[in-house]
Amino acid sequence: MLTADTLNGGDLAILSLGELYKSRGYKRFKMSRFEEYDLYAQSKDFLAKEGIVTFTDPSGELMALKPDVTMSIIKNSKELDGVCEKLYYNENVYRIRSGRLLEITQAGLECMGDIDLYSSCEVISLALKSLERFGKRFAFDLSHTGIVFAVLNESSVSEQERSLLLPLIASKNLHEISSLLGGRAKKLERLLSIDPRPGIGLCELRELSDSPELYAAAGELSDICGALGEFEGLRLDFSVASELSYYNGVVFQGFVDGVPEKVLTGGRYDLLMRRMGKKGGALGFAINLSLLERMLDGDSPLDADILLVYGDSPAERVMAKVNELSGDGSRVMAASVMPKKGSFGRVVLLEGE
Amino acid sequence: MSDTINVALPKGRLGERVYRIFEESGLGCPGVTDPSTRRLIFENPGAGVCYFWVKPSDVAIYVERGAADIGVAGKDILLEYSPEVYELMDLRIGKCRMCVAAKKGYHDSTARTLRVATKFPAIATDYYRSLSRSIDIIKLNGSIELAPILGLSDVIVDIVETGSTLRENDLEVITTITDISARLIANKASTKFKADGISRLVLALKDRKGSI
Repeated sequence: MLTADTLNGGDLAILSLGELYKSRGYKRFKMSRFEEYDLYAQSKDFLAKEGIVTFTDPSGELMALKPDVTMSIIKNSKELDGVCEKLYYNENVYRIRSGRLLEITQAGLECMGDIDLYSSCEVISLALKSLERFGKRFAFDLSHTGIVFAVLNESSVSEQERSLLLPLIASKNLHEISSLLGGRAKKLERLLSIDPRPGIGLCELRELSDSPELYAAAGELSDICGALGEFEGLRLDFSVASELSYYNGVVFQGFVDGVPEKVLTGGRYDLLMRRMGKKGGALGFAINLSLLERMLDGDSPLDADILLVYGDSPAERVMAKVNELSGDGSRVMAASVMPKKGSFGRVVLLEGE
Repeated sequence: MSDTINVALPKGRLGERVYRIFEESGLGCPGVTDPSTRRLIFENPGAGVCYFWVKPSDVAIYVERGAADIGVAGKDILLEYSPEVYELMDLRIGKCRMCVAAKKGYHDSTARTLRVATKFPAIATDYYRSLSRSIDIIKLNGSIELAPILGLSDVIVDIVETGSTLRENDLEVITTITDISARLIANKASTKFKADGISRLVLALKDRKGSI
């Protein structure tokens, strides 16, 4: 029987997240590891700078080991009017980063269709609750691409400047933003320096909102924060913007104390839906469980709780003894002779009982 | 992560200058600059700060991976490896330039692929891609100036501080790609969970920036 005692932290996290998503009506989407390469070729920027592991199948078709789950889910979305399709997953994805092959365990969800304020709040609150489930302090940075791009438009930023600015925004590099834009940098600098606490930050944002574009996007963010209510760890951070061209509304990322990188990324991606010929909007997020592995599984100093040394004892007797010793959930390792290496809570000699 | 702020300092003059600022702001730690010690890590629990010296090109890795919360890294390293970190401040020290250089009198022909020797293949590739030039990158780990002299490459992309090495070897700067200086960088997650401690160190540097 599977119990909390028999599962490692990663397994438990997957089960716990699945329960959470199911509690809001999300259905599991289980998929193949393989996908036709063409699906990614048309939207390469979706995967940022990461490469795709490809191979040729027996019929000569170029295939990919799935680098991402979202596009496969969009491809299979049903486009039902007036409703949202709600799916969750936990899958391994495969990417090439800096010349190295990576296998990443991801869990996440996608909400596709007529996205309204409630849908946005539901997805964001599930992202927040997901982080809560890891039992550590967490930080959830919320932003809106509409706000960042409205500020860039108001600051008369050219297309060429925009491509230089986006990485500077992501790294909060105010000194280079200032040297690139000169006097035009003021509004962007103010946006990036907004207080992260939503109560204060939203007031500061309202003072900046003097164009219809910015006002509308700030209003949406304010409505979302209002509906979410108090959430420990929720922060505003407009450096979470824009590195990916398919996001077009709220965007967010999550950090868990003890893990040096962001573990959760998500946002609204209607543009990707449109590019893939689907109508409606979409919002979702993915959690990189591989990054959390070390924290979730912990480190046991022991190879097993009990070492059973059985010598020449008959197999039946060894089997019975192993069953007896492991009955309380102890991890039992049986060996005919004492191993030269290993650390065990205690040693049981079957012959000498 | 504890609330002690881990600081990765680049070995050498630049790191020592930055450390002096922390020290003068009451954030020092005994033994950090003692040349006779073989210790690798120096902690001042009272000030909530811990320093360690690392190879300058490794600072960004320590910070990106969270082993250090903040660090001092050259802009050349940040451009080459694009680590996922926040760049909090231009310290305006360790100033130099990333340049294209060649033998004096070199005639650049766009009719053929340009051979570029460099320690910084990503920076060189980005630069020539922006010019739509066809290039052949030759990655070297040192003595880059030898490459054009021996005919290994047409040009080099490298850091130029005073230009004296180039002049002594009959080479000259053709173009400056970008200015380089030391930057204060921070781990993204650390800025969320150790915001106060990091702000304290950043403020110490901001207040004393003129005297670094």
